[in-house]
This record gives sequence, C-alpha cells and structure tokens, in this order.
Amino acid sequence: MTLPSLSLLLQSILSGIFIGGLYGMIGLGLGLSWGLLRQINLTHFGFVFLAAYLCYQMTSVWGVDPLLALLILPPLFLGIGVGMQWLLGRFRISPFNSLLVTFGLTVMIESLIQYVWTADFRKMQSSYGEQKFVIGGLYLPVPELITLGLAIALSFAIWAAMRFTDLGKAMRAMAEDGPIAAAFGINQRALSFILSGVCVALASVAGICFALTFTLTPTQIFAWVGVVFAVVMLGGLGTALGPLTAGIIIGVSEAIAMVLLAPSWAPIVSFSLLIGMLLLRPGKA
Amino acid sequence: MKRFKWLAAAAIVLGLGWLAGGAAQAQDKPIRIGSTLALTGPLSATAQVHKLVGDIYIEDLNKRGGLLGRKVEWIVLDDQSKPDLARTLYEQLVTSDKVDLLMGPYATGAILSAMSVAQRYNKILIHHTFGIPSMAKYDMHFPAWSLGPDPATSVPNTLFDALAALPKPPKTIAIVTSKFPSVHFMSLGAREVAKKRGLTEVLFLEWEFGNRDFGPIAARVKDAKPDFVFVGDIGLEGNMLLEAMKKIDYEPPLHFHLYPAPGPMATGPEGKNALSVTIFEEHPPYTSNPQAAKFVAAFNERAKAAGFAYTHVEVQAAASYTAWQLLEAAVVATKSLDDKVLAEWLKTHQVPTIQGTLRFDRGNNYGDDLMRIKQVQDGNWVTVWPKANAAPGAVLRAP
Repeated sequence: MTLPSLSLLLQSILSGIFIGGLYGMIGLGLGLSWGLLRQINLTHFGFVFLAAYLCYQMTSVWGVDPLLALLILPPLFLGIGVGMQWLLGRFRISPFNSLLVTFGLTVMIESLIQYVWTADFRKMQSSYGEQKFVIGGLYLPVPELITLGLAIALSFAIWAAMRFTDLGKAMRAMAEDGPIAAAFGINQRALSFILSGVCVALASVAGICFALTFTLTPTQIFAWVGVVFAVVMLGGLGTALGPLTAGIIIGVSEAIAMVLLAPSWAPIVSFSLLIGMLLLRPGKA
Repeated sequence: MKRFKWLAAAAIVLGLGWLAGGAAQAQDKPIRIGSTLALTGPLSATAQVHKLVGDIYIEDLNKRGGLLGRKVEWIVLDDQSKPDLARTLYEQLVTSDKVDLLMGPYATGAILSAMSVAQRYNKILIHHTFGIPSMAKYDMHFPAWSLGPDPATSVPNTLFDALAALPKPPKTIAIVTSKFPSVHFMSLGAREVAKKRGLTEVLFLEWEFGNRDFGPIAARVKDAKPDFVFVGDIGLEGNMLLEAMKKIDYEPPLHFHLYPAPGPMATGPEGKNALSVTIFEEHPPYTSNPQAAKFVAAFNERAKAAGFAYTHVEVQAAASYTAWQLLEAAVVATKSLDDKVLAEWLKTHQVPTIQGTLRFDRGNNYGDDLMRIKQVQDGNWVTVWPKANAAPGAVLRAP
C-alpha cells in the first residue's frame, strides 16, 4: 500500500465531509419521523427526489434561482407532510405497516416523476455549479458548501427546538410515552401533523441540495436507501444532531477507504460501522 | 339415399368453406413479435430509446405492407429492469401469448435471461446490446451490436490505434473502472492491451456500481498525472467523475468513457473532448444510407415529442434499429417464420444494416467488431476513428 500525499488525503476527507453532510441532511427528517412518530417513512426518499426535480424545473426551465426554491418548496412540502400524516393516521398504520405503505407511495412518486420528466437524465445548470473556493490548495465547491451549511444549520435548529421549546419538549414526551403525554394535555394528533410536515419539509431542502450537486434520474431514489438508513441508525433514532454526525463519520470513512485501499471498498464501510456499533454498543443504534 | 348424398355434399362444401375461411383468417392475423424492455427501474432511461425505435420501426414496416403480407404487432412487456422478471415474461410470451417471434430485451442481464428461455423453446433471439459475447452460448442468438467475439481486446486496440495516430501519443495511462459486469471485463482487457502496447500504467482503480462519491477517485487521478484516462463507466458514472474532477480544477488531458450516458456527456461542459465507442452517429458516412437518414429524422422528431433530453441517434438506438432490420431481412429472405430456418439463414448470410454489414459466422455467432471511436466536439458526438468512418473533416482533438 502506497501512502497518499497529504493534499490528496485532505481533499478526499473534505469530499467525505461534503457527502456526509448530504447523508445527514437526508437522514435528519427520516430519523425524526422514525424516532418520534414511529414511522419508517420510505416516502422520505421519494420526497427528496420530487423536490430535486421541482427545483430542476424551477431553475432550468423557469429560470428561478435554486436558493429561491428554499423559500418556495419547504412550505409546499410541509403541507404535503401534514396531508400524508392525516392519511396514515386515518388508517391507524402500525410502524411495520408504515414501511410497506410508504414503500408503495415511493413507487408512486417514482412513477409520477418518470411520467412528468421521463426516465431521462436531468442536470440542473445553476450559477453555483461552477463556483468554488481554494484555500491552501484545497478545493471547496459552493454547492457542497451550501449543502453542508444547511445540514449543520438545520440540525442545530431542530436540536435547539427540541431541547428548548415547549413544542419540542412535547414532541419528545409524545415519543417517550404517548398516553402519559396525552394525560398532561399534549395534543398528539396536532403534534404528529406538525412533525410530519417538518420532516417532509426537511426532505425538500435535502432535495434542493441534491439537485445542486447530482444529475437526476428517477430510479436513483432507492440507491440512497441503504446508506441513509445506516446513517439514521448509527446516529440514533429521533435525534437531531445524530444523522449529521453519523453521515460525516460514514462519508469520511468511505473517502479514506477510497484513498488508502480502493474505491470498491467504500460501500462496505457504512454497514461495517453500523454492525460494529450494534456489537459494541447495542442500545445505541 | 339421394337425400343422404345431398346432405354429405353440403357438409363437404361447408367444411371446405370453413377451412378456407380459417386459412384466410390466419393469413389476416398479424405476426406477433414479443419482447420485454426495462420500461421502469434503473435501466429505463436507455430502454425508452429501444421502445421508441421499436415503435418507429414497426409503424414503418406496417406502412410498407408488414411481413409476408401480414401486419406486424409488437407485444412489449415491462421487465422492470429485473433479469428474473424478464425470464418469467419471456416464458409467458412463448407459452401463453404464443407469439410468432421474439425480440431481445435491454440489457445484458435481461438478454441472458431471455436467451435461456429462447433456448428452451428453440426460438431465435435477435438482441440489441449484449455486452459479454463469451457468455452467449446459444446457437440461435444473433447480436445486433457488432462488438466482435473478443471486444476486450479488439475495442481497446481500436482506441489505442486512434491515440497512436496523434502527433503526441500518450505514454502513461490511468484505468479507473466500475465493477459493472459488462464494463469490468472490457477495462481489464484494456489494461492488458495497454501493457502490450507499451503504455505505462500509473493508476488502476475499481469502484462498485452505484458509487456516490467520486471526489476521492478524482483526486487520485489528478495525483497520478496520467497522459490518458481510460474510464470504464456506464450511465452517469463518467459524468459524476468528470464533475468531481472539475471541482478540484482538474481536466484530464485525454479521457475515454466506455458506455457513458450519451446526452449528459455530450451536452455537459465537462464532457468536452470525451472519447467513447460507437457503431453509428448522425453524420455521413452513416447517414449517406437513405434508410438511416430517414430513421434519424423520424427518431429526432419522435424523441423530441416524447420529451427525451437527448434526441439524437447513437449506439443504443442504432443497435435497436439494426435488430429489427436483421429480423425483417431473415423473414423476407426465407419467407418463413420458422425459427430454425431464420437462424440458419442469418448464420450463412451477411446483412446490410445502418451500422454496416453484419455477419454471424465467428465465435458465439459474433462477426466483425464494427466499434469505432467517437469524440464530443462542440457539444456533439462525432466519429473520429477510423478515418473511413469519421465525420467529414473531423479529426481526434487532443490538448
């Protein structure tokens, strides 16, 4: 094994941090709905891609700045999230069944995307795509910086909201013991609507970040499920900072494996870390 | 007795009439050709090209009178990009739908599945884009994608011939490749050929299909400083790698991509001067064939109407069209729908197609390797090697 140069190693670690930020961004909403609503919401991935395509449409076809999409899409998706929660609540879907139902919904979203934008590849061309900073010989592309910045900001915002606001405390209480929380006057139904809406809105932000960096194709939806599930489980269900931390750990580990060993080792990393965590600290994942 | 004779005569007349009517009805019945395509799932972006080409060909064929005086009906089922489902659906096409002929699915995995069903029922199978000739053992399969029997050697040789003709040929090479089955063996072949031709390998990397982060790979290629980068990629992988290279201000001096998504590579700024392989592009000498020119015009129009991001004919569309040409040529020449008769004819005859003349008399029913080298020039793919197939005035561009 030949040791890589320091600049190669640092550039690769940066790349791992950036992709880890995206893992964390996608995992944030998924982990919250899994941990607090007890829903394994596969539709989250569908919403990420739907938002990415809508962002593509707004930017490439209608000429809207992609960052403006951050003001338009999250409120829209918040409404979709509330609607979905109303639907799931109406049929009293159990956590396991939520996996099946949301899988079906994801397939429907995939078909919808394919119907509207075809199965062809779509690449969003934005003014941010070309921009980058160079610091000490290391390259920092602007789209990745935006993604990482949003991931950090939103993770801390959610963490602070959960910790310091009455609404956040009520949500944690609801997740801890629903009936007791209800006895203290917490309106579980209203809280679940808000939480579901927020999670889907977070998915839309992740989608915008995704469109900034990646070429889109509808069938990529399921390619992200494995690694993001590992991120959520490693980070801890229902935690706000966990997915981002786990995402960056996995991203950097994958990048180091690619540089020191071979790129083909990268996919093994996320699940090896998860298995290691389950073995060493079984209660944490 | 007399009355009985009359009754018998009437019965015979009615019987003959019924038989004649039945025969006429059989003549009127369309010829049914069955296939599957990956209309959904990860391969659907390319499979939609095959669907459009099939629709165009069948419509045109029926306008020209169909086959053997009968209309042609194409039954196409969605295999969802799953080879196991393709196997089940081909069984259904043969045993339940009882189609007259089969056409291959997309892509290599599904074609292998279809081939095993075709073999079980002794059906001829013409297919578009099978990538691993050594695995195609069935004696009644016919490839429309003219790779030759040993593409892992012949294709890299064509590529390195093109590079050797440059004023300053590359001396060092980095080979980075996906482990996708029909790609990986070609990259390993390129590695061997490069070694034999005296190129110094400065980097060899493999990644799993579905890799998301190309940043570290791009950084390693930049660090290795090769004269030439051979990228064993499929679909969007090449674009993802080039985008990652661009983010670290690296532009490979010369770069080849095995099976890139043609649209994104040609239209993306990072795809500038990218090399790849082809069997057909939208320029002379290919479009000097009137049938090819007509097909190109129809495809451009229909692809635009269907909302395709890339509306030009290239490898996939041309291979698909060729497959239908082969089927039509065999049926017309033999005036038969008998699978064995059709297969025997194809084995012993050469068929002119839009990509050139195809024959099937070498290893595993493969013929000549008709793969040529193309390059992205000014946002379009143009053939640059060999010179006989190059677009008018086009030469391989190198920095």
